[in-house]
Amino acid sequence: MFFRMIRGTLFRQWKKMIMIAFTIALGASLATAMLSVMLDVGDKVNQELKTYGANITVIPKETSVLSELYELEGDNSAKAYLKEDELGKIKTIFWAFNIVDYAPFVNVTATLDNSDEVTVYGSWFNHHMELPTGEQLDAGITSMRSWWEITEGSWLDESRSSGNNEAMVGKAFAEKENISVGDKIHLIGSKGDSDFTVVGIFDAGGTEDDYIFAQLNEVQELGGLDGCIDSIEVSAITTPDNELAEKAAKDPSSLTVSQYETWYCTAYVSSICYQIQEVITDSVASPVRQVADSEGAILEKTQLLMILITILSLIGASLGICNLVTASVMERSSEIGLMKAIGAQNSSVSGLVLTEIFITAILGGIGGFFAGLGFAQIIGHSVFGSSITMRPMVIPIVAVLVVIVTLIGSIPAIRMLLRLRPTEVLHGR
Amino acid sequence: MSLLELKNVSKIYGELHALDNVSLKVEKGEWVSIMGPSGSGKSTMMNIIGCMDKPTKGEVLLDGVDISKESSKNLTTIRRDKIGLIFQQFHLVNYLTALENVMLAQYYHSIPDEKEAMEALERVGLADRAKHLPSQLSGGEQQRVCVARALINHPEIILADEPTGNLDEANEKVVVDLFHKLHDEGTTLVVVTHDPEVAEVAQRMIVLRSGRLSKEVVNRNFTGKIKLEDNN
Repeated sequence: MFFRMIRGTLFRQWKKMIMIAFTIALGASLATAMLSVMLDVGDKVNQELKTYGANITVIPKETSVLSELYELEGDNSAKAYLKEDELGKIKTIFWAFNIVDYAPFVNVTATLDNSDEVTVYGSWFNHHMELPTGEQLDAGITSMRSWWEITEGSWLDESRSSGNNEAMVGKAFAEKENISVGDKIHLIGSKGDSDFTVVGIFDAGGTEDDYIFAQLNEVQELGGLDGCIDSIEVSAITTPDNELAEKAAKDPSSLTVSQYETWYCTAYVSSICYQIQEVITDSVASPVRQVADSEGAILEKTQLLMILITILSLIGASLGICNLVTASVMERSSEIGLMKAIGAQNSSVSGLVLTEIFITAILGGIGGFFAGLGFAQIIGHSVFGSSITMRPMVIPIVAVLVVIVTLIGSIPAIRMLLRLRPTEVLHGR
Repeated sequence: MSLLELKNVSKIYGELHALDNVSLKVEKGEWVSIMGPSGSGKSTMMNIIGCMDKPTKGEVLLDGVDISKESSKNLTTIRRDKIGLIFQQFHLVNYLTALENVMLAQYYHSIPDEKEAMEALERVGLADRAKHLPSQLSGGEQQRVCVARALINHPEIILADEPTGNLDEANEKVVVDLFHKLHDEGTTLVVVTHDPEVAEVAQRMIVLRSGRLSKEVVNRNFTGKIKLEDNN
């Protein structure tokens, strides 16, 4: 009997039920899309933020102390180096998955055949790494200097140029020395010399336009600096700093045990720096504050925006359901009054109406969920240029949200139903 | 003990006395009609007797239980177990068949029993229309379904509110004949009506005016098998 009545209502009021299902579908689709994007946005924003460059620089402790004492910058007189063989350890820290890219640098001063001096930087371009965790990573300046405009030729490709002594030169240097792609440059370093083939000319819009960039090991050979690096630039996803992070950045030892654990287990730029220092011997990792702050803030604001859109869409859906269900109950007031008159308790009638609404909500929710997955892909492709990975946890979250929205939307109608007295609707006068 | 007894019952809305100190007794198996002009308090009395409203003052004893002091949940239970309601507008659920409409009352009472519901429809002469929707039935047929629904749970008393108000003369006769049949079977009937012809066929007619019981007429020509003396 119960199901006959449910079926009867669903078929008899199909237009209203479709409207309710549609409203729920709309809310569910937006919630699904926003949650899917929100849960995947970290990775997507990571990719986007890689174009901002590094937000952490790591230099030898000795260089750092001297720089602070004497405000030396770019001075090679106090030379200390980091160890190249420790680079892989950066991807073993607690926040390894937040490290999205990094590149080591070593620089030497070399002389050209015409006796002009030039600074040559050795670095990774698209250095392929297979980490002990099984993760594979292509790190280097190809992605960390994505704002470089390649005016001629192309990016140096490590997989192709290994052992070929290829180099990229800055636009200013190329113009000064009248160099084109394909030309060979003979560089004489303090400990060796080599011929480099120019594969690309870049416009960085700064001092880098005066330099030559080549692969790390080839530049190390020029300067006799095997296994040595000057600095590491790290691009990491961070959480915006708060008071705790600022306190820790000044002196981690001033934290209590619980504060220390909270700080260490949160992706503050200072805690990531601290963890890098733990794995790179005699190093000082410091944040490039503006970049680090803006990255965290962008991610946080993007997620906040999506949460707001989700909440607003669910409030909208709830209001829509509220109107539709109330209208439905009003339309059926004589039927509900009759049920009460012939012995139905409030709980039975409420149960009947809620079951009808929830069946409709489930159908609307399922439709909305799949529509939301579609919306998420549209957002993914139009905003991030790639598809959004659906996280399984979206399903229970959306299901709970649909239930909550449906319940909240049904409250006014159920209150009205409970207050409805058979005498008010049955006499027809 | 009377099946139904109203003792000095009043229903007051602000300054309006919809019922004003009314006392009434209905014996088991009796057929009473309640007449009166609009606003005389007929519907108020019907609502109170039917456990759908409570009096402001006085006592209403149904089968010995004072229903004026019961909670609305208990009133629903009493209504379900002891009262069968018949309405002027029929109030059939339009997406359920005649049979399902009868079973609906069973569903809220106990367990739907299709065979028993069919027997109730047979009693009102509608067995062949059991699978029809209300929209496929005439007014008289719909009212007979309503009667079958009122009967299905074997109530102590049947309350009919203007049962012939929406019917033509032929269907009115069918329903009145049905009431005769029910009364002959021992069913207690309280019929609220405007129609003197319907009121006068009852054993006893009560006339309400301005919420007060103004007249009580015993039908000496009552044609039913059960006479007032039998009730008493």
